[in-house]
Parts: sequence; structure tokens; C-alpha cells
Amino acid sequence: MTQVLSPVPGTFYTQSAPGEPLYKQPGDAVAAGDTVGLIEVMKTFIDVKAETSGTFKSYLIDDGAAIGAGAPLAEIED
Amino acid sequence: MSLKVIQPGLSTSIQDLGRPGYFHLGIPIGGAMDRFALRVANMLVGNPEGAAGLEVVFMGPEIVFEKDALVAVTGADLPAKVDGKPQEGWTAFEVKAGQTLKFDFLKSGARAYIAISGGIDTPPALGSRSTYPIGALGGIEGRNVQAGDVIPLGEAEMIEPGLNVPKELRRLPDNPAELRVLPGLYWHRLTPAAQEGFFDDDWTVALEADRMGYRFKGGKPLEFVGREQPFGAGADPSNIVDGCYSYGSIQVPGGLEPIVLHRDAVSGGGYFTLGAIISADMDLIGQLQPHTPVKFRKVGMDEALKARSDRKKMLAAVRAHLG
Repeated sequence: MTQVLSPVPGTFYTQSAPGEPLYKQPGDAVAAGDTVGLIEVMKTFIDVKAETSGTFKSYLIDDGAAIGAGAPLAEIED
Repeated sequence: MSLKVIQPGLSTSIQDLGRPGYFHLGIPIGGAMDRFALRVANMLVGNPEGAAGLEVVFMGPEIVFEKDALVAVTGADLPAKVDGKPQEGWTAFEVKAGQTLKFDFLKSGARAYIAISGGIDTPPALGSRSTYPIGALGGIEGRNVQAGDVIPLGEAEMIEPGLNVPKELRRLPDNPAELRVLPGLYWHRLTPAAQEGFFDDDWTVALEADRMGYRFKGGKPLEFVGREQPFGAGADPSNIVDGCYSYGSIQVPGGLEPIVLHRDAVSGGGYFTLGAIISADMDLIGQLQPHTPVKFRKVGMDEALKARSDRKKMLAAVRAHLG
């Protein structure tokens, strides 16, 4: 199991915009470099990318929640 | 001799202590948002306090050194690693030619300052190397640092590594952070209830917080004393006939979310400003992460000046400690 950690503090989103599908659903295949989330901070949106490949297990943070740098955002099964 | 940027981080910029003297022309003072941290970083590596370094926001860069240098990282707790080996913050360490400086996740604070012996030697613009992206001034081509940039360094007078600033001589905001406010020219525009509410309310740092301004949310909307708006002011009660803004002034568009103007802010406009954050607390704002709880506390001029004097004493104590 690998955790995807937040590189920056901000607000975390599990989809690219309201009403859009989640970046990943449980069971989806994940390739290293895939976008699995979005963080808003300082008027900027930053893609959160997976660093490992595997199977997406779950988000660990709710859509729209406040996060700190280093916070675990999602889990990927190796 | 220089640094090569492999990854820039989120928003890394070259900053010194800024370019005062042009604010009346609309060119902001610029410079490090946490000036104390930049000064101390420079002292640790034997630079003049106002030498240019890197201001790193939330996420560290990856940099390869092309010559031996002494480096110090101050301000936010952003753990540095040289070729994977962890380094202490607020401490001078060596980086050899060919080695890579990288960072772990941010632990606290918001902005780390990286000083390198010799200082960054990009061409000054209007007397400063500070980057002001909106005006395309300073730094490298007037912009933030990018992957592939080669950052020139000045000639260094090498001192020994290992100089360190103890915890009691470092400064980071408390949680909740307290920011002291001196009410200003337009204070009378607020009703007494709004004047009190501003200081009683619990605020948090909004996501819209950068070098131009820090926005706060969570408090009650401010109520204004009724008046017929003067000629030239807009219809919104938070509007005034255009006036000057100072560094640290607090504007509240629509009476809703206060914005503290910081180093790269505009110099004037048509929003009333209820007062200003005292100069002694401006460095602290540069270290606030989004969502941080904040209380504003009202002070008078005497306390503001005392706080400014205390900050100067703290800087003097660091100079004395480092000899």
C-alpha cells in the first residue's frame, strides 16, 4: 500500500470541477504520473500525481477539505 | 559559478530586502515577506544581510550546485537534504560542487529562505534583485524561478559551516496567530459594533494569500456608518475616494473579507482601509499557511513602536550571537 501525500497545504479536491467524475474510483488502475487529485492554494490549482503504479484503493480526505503539506490524500495498492 | 534549477517548487522567487522609494509611482517595495528570516539566513553564510536569496513557498525546489557553497535555510520548517542527507534548519551547512539540494514536505510556516554564500547575483532592477512578477522586475527576466534556470552567484568570502541560531532567536507565528492592528484614517467608517466585532471574531487565512496580499475569512461582515457617498467614491459603503495604501494596510472590499496588503501590493485605490498590521508583525504573515486561525488585536501607536523596537533588539541579539 502506498499513500499519496500532499506536496502543499491548501484545499483538496477529488474531481477537476464540481459535477465532474472523480479522478479515480476504487479498483481503477493507476500509472505513475496519473493525476489523482487537485489542490487549490494561492490562486493556483496543482495536480496531485501518483508516484507509483497499482490499483486505486480510496481517498483518505473528503472533497473540499483543508489539508496540510504531507497529508495522506489517497491510497494505492501496489 | 552558479546554481542549476532542476525543479522550481511551487512559487520560488529571488528576493532581497526590496526596492523602497518607488511606491509613489506604483512600484511596490517588494522583497522577502519574512525579512527577519532572510537577514538571518544571510548572516549564517557570511553574506551581507540584504543579499539576494531564494524565497520558497510551501514546496521546496531541487537545485544542483556548480561550485562549493555554504547554505542556510531559515523561516518555515522545510527540511533540507544534500544528496539525501538531512540538514538542520537555521544552521549553515556545506554543499559541494555537483551536489543536489532538495527538500522534504513542509512541517510548519509557509516561506523558507535559502541563502547561499556569495548571494544571488542577478542584475538589480531599480536597486534591488527582488522579483516582482506582475511588473516583470528583478529576479530572472522579472519572473519566478523555472526549471532549467541557471542562477548566478556572487564571489563568496567562505566562512566555516555550523553557525546556528537557537530556537529562542527564531520567530514563527503562534496558532492561532495574533496580528496586531493599529486603526487608521477610515476607522470611523465602521459602526462601533463592527469595530468591536473585527477584533472579537475568529478569522482564518483564505486560499487567496500571496505576495500581494493575504485574505482572511470567517468573521462577520462589517457594518458601515451610513453616509451619502462622496463624489468619486463608488456606491458600495466600503468604497472611498481613491486614497494611498500603506504596506500592511487592511482593506475590506464589500465589508466581507479583510485583505492585508503585503510586499507586492498596489499603492492606492478606492477601498477604505480600517487600519494596518503593525510593521513588527508583517514578517509573521509571510509564515501563515492557508486555513491557519488568526486573531486581530487592537493596539495603539505606543505599543506598535515598542514592538518595532523589540524586533530590532531581537535582530541585534542574533547579530551578537553570530559574532
